[in-house]
Amino acid sequence: MYPDNLRYTKEHEWVEVEGDIGKVGITHHAQDQLGDIVYVDLPKPGARVERGRSFGSVESVKAVSDVFSPVSGEVVEINETLGTAPEKLNQDPHGDAWLVRIRMSAPDEIKQLMTAAQYQNYIGAEI
Amino acid sequence: MISKVRSHVTQNEPLLFELSSPGKKAYQLPELDVPPVDASKALGAEHVRREVEGFPEVSEVEAIRHFTRLSTWNYAIDLGLYPLGSCTMKYNPRLNEAVARIEGLAWAHPYQPESLSQGAMEIMSALESALIEITGMDAVTLQPAAGAHGELTGILLVRAYLESLGNPRKKILIPDSAHGTNPATAAIAGYAVENIKSNDRGMIDLELLARVVDEDVAALMITNPNTLGVFEEQIARIAEIVHSKGAQVYMDGANMNALVGITRPGDFGMDVMHLNLHKTFSTPHGGGGPGSGPVAVKKHLEPFLPLPRLTAGHAGLRFDYDRPRAIGRVKAFYGNFGVIVRALAYIMAHGGEGLRNATMDAVLNANYIRKKLEGYYELPHRAPSMHECVFSDARQAKQGVKTMDIAKRLIDYGFHPYTVSFPLIVHGALMIEPTETESKRELDLFVAALIAIAKEVEEDPEIVLKAPYGTRTGRVDEVTAARKPVLRWKPAD
Amino acid sequence: MLEACGVSSLDDFFSHLPPDVRLNRQLALPAGQSEYEISAYFRARADQNATGYASFLGAGVYNHYRPVLVDTVVSRGEFLTSYTPYQAEISQGTLTTIFEFQTMICQLTGMEVANASMYCGSTAVPEAGMMAARITGRNRLLVARTLHPEYREVLKTYARYQGMAVEEFGYTAGHGTVDLDDLDRRLDDKTAAVILQSPNFFGIVESVDAAADLAHKRGAMLIDVFTEAVSLGLLEPPRQADIIAGELQSFAISPSYGGPYAGVIATREKYIRQMPGRLAGETKDSHGNRAYCLTLATREQHIRREKATSNICTNQALIALMATVFMTVYGKQGVRELAEQNLAKAHYLASRLPRKFAGPFFNEFVAAFPGKSPETINGMMLEKKIIGGLPLGRYYPELEDCMLLCATEMSTREQMDVFAEVLAQ
Repeated sequence: MYPDNLRYTKEHEWVEVEGDIGKVGITHHAQDQLGDIVYVDLPKPGARVERGRSFGSVESVKAVSDVFSPVSGEVVEINETLGTAPEKLNQDPHGDAWLVRIRMSAPDEIKQLMTAAQYQNYIGAEI
Repeated sequence: MISKVRSHVTQNEPLLFELSSPGKKAYQLPELDVPPVDASKALGAEHVRREVEGFPEVSEVEAIRHFTRLSTWNYAIDLGLYPLGSCTMKYNPRLNEAVARIEGLAWAHPYQPESLSQGAMEIMSALESALIEITGMDAVTLQPAAGAHGELTGILLVRAYLESLGNPRKKILIPDSAHGTNPATAAIAGYAVENIKSNDRGMIDLELLARVVDEDVAALMITNPNTLGVFEEQIARIAEIVHSKGAQVYMDGANMNALVGITRPGDFGMDVMHLNLHKTFSTPHGGGGPGSGPVAVKKHLEPFLPLPRLTAGHAGLRFDYDRPRAIGRVKAFYGNFGVIVRALAYIMAHGGEGLRNATMDAVLNANYIRKKLEGYYELPHRAPSMHECVFSDARQAKQGVKTMDIAKRLIDYGFHPYTVSFPLIVHGALMIEPTETESKRELDLFVAALIAIAKEVEEDPEIVLKAPYGTRTGRVDEVTAARKPVLRWKPAD
Repeated sequence: MLEACGVSSLDDFFSHLPPDVRLNRQLALPAGQSEYEISAYFRARADQNATGYASFLGAGVYNHYRPVLVDTVVSRGEFLTSYTPYQAEISQGTLTTIFEFQTMICQLTGMEVANASMYCGSTAVPEAGMMAARITGRNRLLVARTLHPEYREVLKTYARYQGMAVEEFGYTAGHGTVDLDDLDRRLDDKTAAVILQSPNFFGIVESVDAAADLAHKRGAMLIDVFTEAVSLGLLEPPRQADIIAGELQSFAISPSYGGPYAGVIATREKYIRQMPGRLAGETKDSHGNRAYCLTLATREQHIRREKATSNICTNQALIALMATVFMTVYGKQGVRELAEQNLAKAHYLASRLPRKFAGPFFNEFVAAFPGKSPETINGMMLEKKIIGGLPLGRYYPELEDCMLLCATEMSTREQMDVFAEVLAQ
C-alpha cells in the first residue's frame, strides 16, 4: 500500500526525492479519511514553503484539510490536472495525483520523516 | 409501520427559463401619465441595455403554478415536527404575519420624519424593553440582521470596550462544542481563536479554563445551554474566572428557548449576548431567512452599541446619532423591523407567564423524547437535558448505519430529520429539539418512527442505508455538485 | 408525559439549576393577549406612522408596486415555515427557487455567478470588500463618496478590525459623478478594490467601466454597488466590474421601516471560492433526475470555522423569493417597461425643479434650493400630505441646501404637480 521509495509525515503527506526536488502528495490514508475529494487548493509556482507549515488544502463535500509541507523550499511546479479532476486524488494518491514539486532548501529534512514501514505502524496505531 | 404519511403524486415542473416563451407576460402597468423619455437620450446610448438576456416570459397562471408546484417539494413546520437541534423550529403564528403586513408598518420608509414614525419606534422600544426583562441585561440593540450578525456586533462591542481600557487583547476562547459561527465571528473581529476542550460531561472544564484565561483573553464565547442541551451548572463560577482576568463573557443565545422565564443570563454573569428572534421568538425561518439578532449588554458596554440608538426625547421617541464611543453601524437603517414586529406580537400573545410555560413545555417535550428513545439509541452524555437531547449512532454504526442514514430514513416516516453530526464532540450525533409547540400525538409518532428505524437497523440495515424511498427526489449527488459546480441555468447549446 | 419522564412536576426538570441563578418570579411583562387585542395594538401603532401620504423618498429604499402574486407565494407554509435546505430530498422547492434566483441575478448583472443572497445591500458591500482583499492579498479599499452614506458607515465598522484601510474619493461638483482624477491619484499598489455605486446615491448613472479601467491598471478590483435594482431593467450592466454587490429591496420587498431586505453578491466564476454566502448547485439524484443542493459549503463558517470566508450562516431565502417572484411576474418585457416608467416620472418631476447635478439620472436626483432649508420645505409639504425628499446636509455638509428626491411608477403626475406648486409659492 505505502511505497518504500516515499517518506511520510504525521500529517499524512508523502515526499519523493528526485535530486534536489521533492515531489509531494497526500497519502492513501488521508484521502480515505476525507472521502470524495472535490477541490484541491495549491500555491502558485515560486511560492516559498516551510517544513511543517500549511501550503494548501484538500476539500471533500463537508470537510477541509490543510496540507503541510514535509520539506522547506520553493514550489517549482504544481499538478494542474487536479484543478479539473480532483477525483484523481482518491484514485491514485501516491502516483498521478501528486500535488507539488518543491526545490528543497534543506534536503536533510527528509531524514526526519517516516519510512513506509514506520508510517504503516503509525496509522495502525492512530486507528 | 409508517403511519404518518403515504405517498402521493407531485407535479413535475421545469425551470422558469425552460417554461418561458417570447411575448408572454404576467404584469400590467398603468398607462404613463407623464411624457415618455427616450432612455438613450436621457442616459446616453452606452448606458442603455438592449434587453435582459434570458429573463423569463411567462403568464400569470404559469407563474403561480410554477411556485406552487415547487412549494409542494418542501417539508415545513406547517406539515409536521421539524426537530432540528439548535434551530428551534416552533410554530410560526399567522397573526404575526398579518400584523407585519399592516400598511402603516410594512410601508413605513426608514427616512420618513421621526414625527411620522412614532408607531414604528414605539414597537422597537417595546421589544427592547421586553428583551431586557427576559435576559436580565441592561440595554438592547435591534440592529443586527441575524444571529451571526449579532455575534459579530457583540464581539465588536467587547473589542471597543477593552480598547477603551487601553488594550483590545488578542484572543477569544471557544469551547469545542460551539457552533462554527463563533470562531468565524472571532476571526472577523480580528481575534485569534483558542479552542477549549469540554470535560466528559460535555461541560466547560473549570480547571482548564482557569489555566487558559489570562490577560491576552478578550472573551469567552459560551453557549448556554450548550450544544448538548445541557445547562452549564457552574456558569456563575465560569463568569467569575473570566472576569477575574478582566475578560468578558459572550453568550450565544441560540438556545434561549430553554431559559426564558426560568433564568436570566444577566443574573448569571453574562456581559453580552445575542438572541435569535427567528428561533426563540417564533418568527418564520423562511427557508433560510430573514432572521434578526438583537444584542443585549450590561451597562458597561452600552456606550458602544451601534448607531443610532433609540431614545426618549421630549417630543416622543427619537434616534440618537451623537454617540462618540459607538462601534458605528453594523447595518443600514435600524434593524429587520418586519421581524421585530412579529417577535413583539409573539411576546404579547404569551405574556410573562406564557413565555415561562412555553419554556417548560419545550423542556418537557425534549425530555419525553429522550426517555422514550434512550432504550434504542446511545445517550453519550447523561447530564439532564434542557430543550434538546443528543443521541449518537454508536449502536447502529455496528450494523454500518450512520446518523445520516437514520436521518434519511426518518423522511420516509414523514418527518424532517434532526440535526445530523453536530455537535462535533459527539461522534455520529442525532441532535433533537422538538420545541414546545408539538403535541404529544406528534411526539409519539416521531418516537415510534425512530424506534421502528432502530428495529430496521437490527433486522435489515439495507433498508435504512438506501433511504429515502418515498420522496420525489432520491439521495442527491453532492460530490458532483461540488466538483463541477453548476450554479446557474444556461440555454442548451 | 411527566410520568413517562419519571418526574412529578415540570419544575423537576430545572432542579439541577443552581438556586442562585433561578428567576424566582414571573417575568414582568403584561399578561398574554388575544389575537384581537394584539391586532388592535399594531393597528394603533401603524396609525401613528405616516399613512395616506405621497412620498418622494428614495435613498436606498424605494416605493414600488408589489404584485399580489408575491405575497401569495411567500405566504405558502412550505416556503414560509421551512428551514435552510440542508436535507435536499425534502427541500427541492426552496433549492430550485434559489437556483432560479442566482440565474436571474446573473442575467441582470451580466456576471457569471451570484450567491443565494446576503442580509442586505449595506452588509453585502463589506463582504465584497473582504472578498477583494482575499483575492488580491491587499488591504486598502477606495470608496466613492457617492456610495450610500450608511453603507459607507457599515463598511468602516467591518473594516476597522480587519486591518483594512478605507479611504474615500470625491465626486465632481458639476455632474455628481465620481471624480476619476481623484480616484486615479489615490489608487496605489496596496488598493484591493475601488467601490462605487451606480446609479449613485444622487441617482446619477456612473461610467463604471472607466473607473474599472483605472482600478485594473493598478491591479485593484472594481466593486459596483446598486441600491435601485429596477434600474437594471434599462441600464447596461458594468461589464468591466469584478464584483457586483446590491440591494434587492426594489423587487417587491416592502420598505418595512428599513428591513428585512435582501442583498446579493455576483462575480466572475474564477472568484467563486472566495465568495461569501450560500450557493445552490445543480446535480442529479440517485434516480438520475435533475436535483439541486447547497454546494461549495467548505467556504462557510460551519466547516471552515475561523478560516471561513464570512461568518454569515444563511441567506435571506424568503426575501430573495419575493425578488424571484417579482422578476418572474415582470419578466423580460416588464422590467424594461417598469424602468422606463421610473425614468419618465423622475424626469417629469426634475423638469419642474432646480437640479443640482448635470449627470444622467435614473429615478432619483438632487434638487438644490439656495438660501432655503430643505427641512422647511418638507414641513410645508407635510401639510399637503406629501413627504418630501431626504435633506442631504447630515451626510454631505456641502449640500446643506439640497434634498434627494425620487419618483417611481407609484408617483402620480398630480402629486408631482402639487409638489412643484407648493415650492413655487
